[in-house]
Amino acid sequence: MKFTEEHEWLREEDGLMVVGITTHAAEQLGDVVFVELPDDGITVSKDEEVVVIESVKAASDILAPVDGEIVEVNTALTDNPGMVNEDPQGEAWFFKMSVSDASQMDEFMDEAGYKKFIA
Amino acid sequence: MSEFAQTPLHDMHVELGAKMVPFAGYAMPVQYPMGVLKEHLHTRAAAGLFDVSHMGQVILSGPSWEAVALAFEALVPMDVLGLEDGRQRYGLFTNDAGGIEDDLMFARRGDDLFVVVNAACKAEDVARMRAGLPDEISVTELTDRALIALQGPRAAAVIEDQDVRAAEMRFMDVADLALCGHAVWASRSGYTGEDGFEISVAADEAETLVRSLLTHHGVAPIGLGARDSLRLEAGLCLYGHDIDAMTGPVEAGLTWSVQKIRRAGGARAGGFPGADVVLDAFANGVARKRVGLRPEGRAPMREGVQLFDAKECGAQIGTVTSGGFGPTVEGPVAMGYVTTEHAEVGTRIWGEVRGKRLAVDVAALPFVPANFKR
Repeated sequence: MKFTEEHEWLREEDGLMVVGITTHAAEQLGDVVFVELPDDGITVSKDEEVVVIESVKAASDILAPVDGEIVEVNTALTDNPGMVNEDPQGEAWFFKMSVSDASQMDEFMDEAGYKKFIA
Repeated sequence: MSEFAQTPLHDMHVELGAKMVPFAGYAMPVQYPMGVLKEHLHTRAAAGLFDVSHMGQVILSGPSWEAVALAFEALVPMDVLGLEDGRQRYGLFTNDAGGIEDDLMFARRGDDLFVVVNAACKAEDVARMRAGLPDEISVTELTDRALIALQGPRAAAVIEDQDVRAAEMRFMDVADLALCGHAVWASRSGYTGEDGFEISVAADEAETLVRSLLTHHGVAPIGLGARDSLRLEAGLCLYGHDIDAMTGPVEAGLTWSVQKIRRAGGARAGGFPGADVVLDAFANGVARKRVGLRPEGRAPMREGVQLFDAKECGAQIGTVTSGGFGPTVEGPVAMGYVTTEHAEVGTRIWGEVRGKRLAVDVAALPFVPANFKR
């Protein structure tokens, strides 16, 4: 698993990158009450806002971590946003994307690096 | 957060794992480890204990109850003189333009008036009272007292267990009680829409009292985050958001708080700041009104969201002043001001969220029925 400075995690699965937010980010957000997912099939650029999350406190965005295409979105989150707090690094993934430029993955942290980053 | 004032319960909040945030110049607990959502639901299901010691507590004394009450009536459009001993009312300080300078609770304690005002306004409120009341009325800010609230369906059992006299109290009664060995001033009121009590206690006894109350079954500490969603679901105004110096009692839908005796034709009509404007609003209506708002989808509509009369183009007809997710409603809820022609319950309007206009309906307040002991 790789981690971004935006508190996202990326996990490779069947040639796609599965993206979610970290346990630390979910704790900071507080109870998530609304998730707005992108349409699948859209092409996105790195740092483009693709998901809106609203917690009891505030709204925040999830950015596309790399250039690519959104292949699948986790529609279960729309009906049950609380999953983001219950299992942020497991069931509550947001989207799966194909990666156009694998070299963009190089800057991401490993778990040890991320732990240091949030310490 | 050393630059912020602390309540007498500050260290206890930290020990209980609260997340402290600045609020009205104080470091206050916004949530405990339970989290805002569960704290909200806990309060509606059992009992929530809130530290509201940041609020201002003021005693007005004078030569007689009549002198105190009539003097205070010069500052608020409420019937103060008619308040019976041991009763409390909701009130508003108005300004010369008929706007609201603060909202408050006032209670009669014998010949004295006990006033509780918002933390952010308390310095101005105390100055307003000192300047606006005759010399024979003393204005004493009680800086040596804490204020806590115990709210929710379990609150009465907890308080009655300590002092049976609490069982006789109904909504908006005040009484001196002995709780866990501490002499307190209690009112059967609060700001959550639930039955409950607000309890004024000596600052140096507050922590012992609160720790005792927290040992009772069903009592949990609740932060400002849940306090906000509870009062929003209850349709109650937050000063500085839903009401302010530019909104009057009629626009704000607070006409019930202005008793008939202070309105046109009443025995003590007018005689408060901005009376001409406020009484004109009663007589001739207002251009906009505070309403409840229920977004159709799941997206919360927060403070500042602009409201329109059409999905595309159209005109802006209002603004959201408070909004978020209502845990008991299990969906987004909001309040805001709209032009009077759009203020009828059931009117479909649109709120602009992240550039998209989402459907929202004008809804009756409160969103959750009040659970007061009448």
